[in-house]
Amino acid sequence: MRTPVAYYLMLSGILFMLGTVGVLTRKNALLIFMSVELQLNAVNLALVAFSRLHDDLTGQVLAFFSMVVAAAEVVVGLAIIVAIYRRRRSVDVDDVRELRW
Amino acid sequence: MPLDNVVFWVFAPISVASAIGMLLVRNAVHAALFLIVNFFCLAVFFLLLDAPFLFAVQIVVYAGAIMVLFLFVIMLLGVDSDVPVRERLVVQRPLAFILGAAFVVELFLAIRAGVGFSTKAPDVFTANEAGNTQAVAKVLFTQYFFPFEVTSVLLLVAAVAAMVLAHRKASTVTQAEIDAAAAGSDADELPVYGAGATP
Repeated sequence: MRTPVAYYLMLSGILFMLGTVGVLTRKNALLIFMSVELQLNAVNLALVAFSRLHDDLTGQVLAFFSMVVAAAEVVVGLAIIVAIYRRRRSVDVDDVRELRW
Repeated sequence: MPLDNVVFWVFAPISVASAIGMLLVRNAVHAALFLIVNFFCLAVFFLLLDAPFLFAVQIVVYAGAIMVLFLFVIMLLGVDSDVPVRERLVVQRPLAFILGAAFVVELFLAIRAGVGFSTKAPDVFTANEAGNTQAVAKVLFTQYFFPFEVTSVLLLVAAVAAMVLAHRKASTVTQAEIDAAAAGSDADELPVYGAGATP
C-alpha cells in the first residue's frame, strides 16, 4: 500500500464537493438526484479508505449498508419524481413549490 | 512508481473529470453515462483499497441496477434536456461554487491536521487474511446482525412505497393530462414552462 490514504480522502472530498455543487445548481430533479448519488459514493470511498488505514472491516460494512440505503432511496425518490411528473408534466424543482410556505 | 500508485493517478483524474462532466452536460442521459464512468472508477479504487467484495457490489448494484433504473426513468419521462433556466435566486449559482471551493480548502486543512498527507496504510490488510468476502460476512452476520435485519425491513418498505407512489388507477386522470388534452397537444410534449405551476 504505497499511496497515502490522504489522497483517497482528498479525492472523496472533491467528489463530494462536486456532488454538492450539482445539488445546488441543477434545476432538473433527476440531475439533482444523480448528484446526491455522487455524494453518497464519495462518502463510501472515504469509509473504505479509513477501513484500510485502520485495518478494520467496519468501514467496509458501513459502506455496504450505505449502498443498501442508497438503493432504497433511489427507488422511493424516482417514484416521487415520476408521480410529480405525472401531475405537472415537469421535473423542474422550481415548479414544485407548494410546500415552501 | 508502485503499481497501485499508477492506477490511482490514472483513475483519479477520470473520476473527477466524469463528475465535472456530469455537472456541466445538459442532456440527462449523458449525465447518467458520466455518472456510470464515475462509479466504475470508484469500483477500481475499492479494489485498490483491498475491498474486492465492495468492488463487485459497486459494479452490480450501482453501475448496474441503480443507473439502469435512472436511465429507465429518464427514458420514461422523455426528459432529454434541461428546460430553459429562468434564474430565481441570482446569487445561488456563484455562491454554490464559492462554497464548494471553500469546502475543499477546509477539507485539505482537516486532512492535513487529522491524517497527514504522508500517512500510509499498513502494507498488509490483516483483517482480510481469510478472504475479503468471508471476513466481511463474519463481521456482518455477528457484530452487525441487527442492523442487517433492519435493512431488510427498509428494503421492504421502499418496495411497497415505490408501488404505492407509482400505482395509478385506470380511471384517475390528472389535471395536467386534462389540460394537455384540452389544448389538443401531444401527451409527450412539455407544456410552456411554468404552466403546470398553478393547479
